Amino acid sequence: MVEFNFATVLTPEIAIAVLSLILLAIGLLIPAGARKGMMPLTVFSLLGVLGYTLYDFFYGQEAAFLGGMYMHDQFAVYFKVLFLAAALLVVLSSGGYVQKLPKHRGEFYALLLAATLGMMLMAGAGELITIYVGLELMTISFYILVAYLADDARSSEAGIKYLVLGATSSAILLYGISLIYGLTGSTQLVEVAGRLGGELTPASLLATVFLLAGLGFKISLVPFHLWGPDIYEGAPTPVTAFLAIASKAAAFAVLIRVYLLTMNSQAFSATGQTLLLVLAAITMIVGNLIAIPQTNLKRLLAYSSIAQAGYLMVGIIAESTAGIKGVLFYAMIYVFANMGAFAVATLIDEKQGSSEIKDLAGLWRRSPLATVVMTASLLSLAGIPPLAGFVGKFYLFSAAMDQGYVAIAYIGFVMSMISVYYYLSVVKVMFLAEGEGLPDVPVHGAIKFTMVFTMLITIAIGLYPTPLAQMAIAAAQSLF
Amino acid sequence: MMNLSNLSVGLSTYLLVGAMLFCLGLYGVLAKRNIIALLMSIELMLNAVNINFVAFNRFLWNQKIDVHYLLTGHVAAIFVIVVAAAEVAVGLALIITIYRNRRSTNVDELNWLKW
Repeated sequence: MVEFNFATVLTPEIAIAVLSLILLAIGLLIPAGARKGMMPLTVFSLLGVLGYTLYDFFYGQEAAFLGGMYMHDQFAVYFKVLFLAAALLVVLSSGGYVQKLPKHRGEFYALLLAATLGMMLMAGAGELITIYVGLELMTISFYILVAYLADDARSSEAGIKYLVLGATSSAILLYGISLIYGLTGSTQLVEVAGRLGGELTPASLLATVFLLAGLGFKISLVPFHLWGPDIYEGAPTPVTAFLAIASKAAAFAVLIRVYLLTMNSQAFSATGQTLLLVLAAITMIVGNLIAIPQTNLKRLLAYSSIAQAGYLMVGIIAESTAGIKGVLFYAMIYVFANMGAFAVATLIDEKQGSSEIKDLAGLWRRSPLATVVMTASLLSLAGIPPLAGFVGKFYLFSAAMDQGYVAIAYIGFVMSMISVYYYLSVVKVMFLAEGEGLPDVPVHGAIKFTMVFTMLITIAIGLYPTPLAQMAIAAAQSLF
Repeated sequence: MMNLSNLSVGLSTYLLVGAMLFCLGLYGVLAKRNIIALLMSIELMLNAVNINFVAFNRFLWNQKIDVHYLLTGHVAAIFVIVVAAAEVAVGLALIITIYRNRRSTNVDELNWLKW
């Protein structure tokens, strides 16, 4: 481990913070007509930072500063790549949508980047207060983004619901952190791990449960999932996409680090694992079953993302390099598969002003490209063989089986079979239902690029998963 | 006459106050019907956490013996205060938006989105 070196550790974070502030200033200073350049500026800067982060992943040095308060290992950098890729795709797919906003277009990108910065802090944090600050930076940006359509009562309703529930959950998380601080005298994860000891006291159990509940809320594990569908439906569609993809991955990054570092003693491991097993099982079951009767596309994708969080938990439960590799791999392909589906949802929302599943009727005739992309994304989420989702689920469930968790892998397997039903029912509406009277949906510009790109990546990783799998293995190994 | 200087308040007293405040806040979040009252309840929960942090920090180190004691708990409390202020600023802005849209700040009327 190298001690903190400003240039090696924090470059992407600083770049994103500066870019966010510049965009905020541009939004305030430059007259509305001349703001067309904001999206290209965001896109190219993000591309640059993403390129640097990828370079950092392969050639960067492992480093930590302030005694492990902020980590710069391949695990953190892998997640930074994921967040930046997600932000880039969301910005690309939201161009037309943002142009149609009545006001405050400039701040949209600035807030999006602030949320991304929060996620990057979460992935790198090796200390509980840093984790909390990163989490809140992300969440508070999201409160504003969710309520961005100020004139749309549904959007502001979603915003206030997210704020009240999110603030409550972070208060619970903080109470857990304060108990851990009291028990161990430190908030550094490494020191906490050393001092928690083998014995499970009521206080440490309470702290564990509170911590898990706070993070479970962000991941939308089942008893804490009720906010998800409401907020996903009310939020502007590009924001929903970012919320579903990146904020969940960020909370997973924190959960993996905290879980693997602090629950290593025997008593904790047993309790933590039992809790996670139960949560994963009910998350997969409830998420998939409630998704079936949904009629709104964004709500369907919300329940689907709850179910996907359950699959990811299976990899954490395995508690092995293979399991974490499965989680990392799946989180990355989940970005592309979900982004394809959300890009189509954004497009439909932009052109038809609604996101009901019946609005997709006859999409095959109205927009073949959007239909193909949506189909590929949904089939990948369902885990149908030639696509990336299948490989990801294979890694997750086989890692759990290797560690002897056959029952949970079996539940996951059965539930992903069930999920095929509701994914295919959307596909059926697009191909078979009559879409008379619905407008043509031409696709061009950046959103077309997003769609084609996500689809190609989904297919390519499905056919040749090795490079991404190797990246995921390297990132997982940096934790053990 | 009682000597007041011998009376000391232990860690458990502070923790008890913290726990009570936290439970009161949680009860408020679950039971109150006005959004502003909800925000106030959340503040109660966060301040319960602050009491915990500061009390733990005070009692973890014996300040007469440990010269180089750390102030992690105090710093954490300050971070929590700052973040809570940001959260409330956003929350109040959202409440104003909601009031403009519907002329009400009652949670029961926020029922346009449901499964």
